[in-house]
Amino acid sequence: MSRLLPFALLAGLVVLPLALGPNPYLLNALIVTGILTIGAMSLNLLLGFTGQLSLGHIAFFGIGAYVSALTSLGFDVDLGFGIRAVHEPWPAALGFLLATVAAGACGYLIGRLSFRVRGAYFVIVTISFAEVVRLVALNWVELTQGPLALTNIPAITLGLPGLGMWTLKTKLQNYYLVLGVGTLCYLAIARLVGSRFGRAMRGLKENEPLALSVGINATRTLTVAAVISAAMAGAAGSLYAHYLRIIDPDVFLFATTVSMVIMVVAGGKGTLMGPVVGGLIFGLLPVALRPVMAPEAQWIVYGVVLIVILFVMPRGIVPGLAVLLGGRPARAVPVLEANPAVQR
Amino acid sequence: MDELIQHLVNALILGGTYALLGIGLTLIFGIMNVVNFTHGALYTVGAYVMYLAAAALGLNFFLALPVAILGGLLLGAAIELVLLRPFRGSDIDTTMLVMIGAGIVLQSGTLWIFGGVAKAIPSPFPEAPLQIGPVSVSWLRLFVLGAALGLIALTYTLINRTKLGLAMRAAFQDADTAALMGVDVHRIYTATFALGSSLAAAAGALLGPVYVVFPQMGGLAELKAFAIVILGGLGNVTGAAIGGFILALAEELGAGYVSSGYRDAMGFLIIIAVLLYKPTGLFAKAERIG
Repeated sequence: MSRLLPFALLAGLVVLPLALGPNPYLLNALIVTGILTIGAMSLNLLLGFTGQLSLGHIAFFGIGAYVSALTSLGFDVDLGFGIRAVHEPWPAALGFLLATVAAGACGYLIGRLSFRVRGAYFVIVTISFAEVVRLVALNWVELTQGPLALTNIPAITLGLPGLGMWTLKTKLQNYYLVLGVGTLCYLAIARLVGSRFGRAMRGLKENEPLALSVGINATRTLTVAAVISAAMAGAAGSLYAHYLRIIDPDVFLFATTVSMVIMVVAGGKGTLMGPVVGGLIFGLLPVALRPVMAPEAQWIVYGVVLIVILFVMPRGIVPGLAVLLGGRPARAVPVLEANPAVQR
Repeated sequence: MDELIQHLVNALILGGTYALLGIGLTLIFGIMNVVNFTHGALYTVGAYVMYLAAAALGLNFFLALPVAILGGLLLGAAIELVLLRPFRGSDIDTTMLVMIGAGIVLQSGTLWIFGGVAKAIPSPFPEAPLQIGPVSVSWLRLFVLGAALGLIALTYTLINRTKLGLAMRAAFQDADTAALMGVDVHRIYTATFALGSSLAAAAGALLGPVYVVFPQMGGLAELKAFAIVILGGLGNVTGAAIGGFILALAEELGAGYVSSGYRDAMGFLIIIAVLLYKPTGLFAKAERIG
């Protein structure tokens, strides 16, 4: 059952817009949910597989959004000392790539810095980093327009072989773009987790001294995981910028990180499907709750749900359901099974 | 030069409340190994209880302050009993997530109840500031500093001079051995969390009248508390007290001489510097608290 679930879900998501018909409100909710789900998957790579919680994950997302937007809009900034940085607009697709690289680079710096020490440091450094990036976005008005927001961000144009150039302007096109990128991220994480590197990550999570004793370089492994995770979050941020086509410093809201954390924890951290299931549930929950309660009350519900899940299903919905359905208890991809000799 | 002295005085006054925030957080972390993500929300709650008591109910300002501190104490004890006790023995990530959930509930709860409009708490002190040479300080801020220092002294006495403090120090060093010696560790944890929470609430109640009270005020306060705790070394009470003053100084000087827009970024710069040069915190990890 669990082997088929991802394919069934993907097939369902591919035909979903056809089933919905023209419904811009729901389609918009699905696109934003998809983008946040990519963020949640990237967060899961750290939280679920290495046990490190990035509570400033929105920083990488927002950096991706801003880098992508600025690359495709161009800028002209006075850096002081008579130096001007002038940049002509580049295609949006290039912005997407640069966003991924820039967010990954930030992940590297944060990782190198905070993995010098174990414990709560990574959490605290990431959360403060997000706040500082928000302050920069707010105060460096010449570059980011501050609270006035960057507007008129161009949509992504894709050159498809044999199909010519496509500018992804409609919601439906963006839906499939997000679905495509999300699927790629899912496959990349699945591949990574099953690899030798993935075993190193999970080994560190389960028993760091033991992992060290068999020659795993802890700092390097954790930093690489942080880079990949941040890069994916940056890619999601870029999609967000080119879909909404306007971004302001509010993309750095702490609440969005919390949403992603809830998606991962509720769905099942350390499982591949967990963030996807959690992402769909908690991304679409506001749509269901909107008619019945105010946004503040919704957040109270979110907080309560997070606590309740930790009480009753501490491993999350996906592993919990697997147990309920009577299958073998789905553990978070065991280390042994990832051995190519034993696998499949 | 006059400007510098004024900055130093401002830093001293702000530092007192920062130290309160930091001490509360570092106590909870050091003794219970819990990263308290309700700390900012408790700071907010302290400010709102102060507002309710002093502005809405018309209670005397100096009576409203202990009410706010008591509010934080009770709320902290409740959080510990209901949310943390069932997770005793869980890893640090689980309790951290529980605390994040509780923090969201508290913050959204205050937003829901009081609305997003900032509230002001009337101060009983004269408007005209105290002038000493080139330096001017408002009476309210002087009172805030005095109250913060008093509370810090009280906390030190509690930890170093009482039986409860002795048990807390024992639980900090080795919870299992402390339990074998007859210390009720569960009760110590509840007391620790309540104490830490009341200090956060006190900081909120003291800074509330200086600035304004709004539901999101705790977010930044929490980040600052984290910076202070890293600066002082996780679990180090004296380190947190000194760290509070250092952060306040860095913020004042940064806002005064670099850019006021980046005032709140100073905490992060301090964290970076500490992690680069002295990852254990400025004051090497204490074997004992106090």
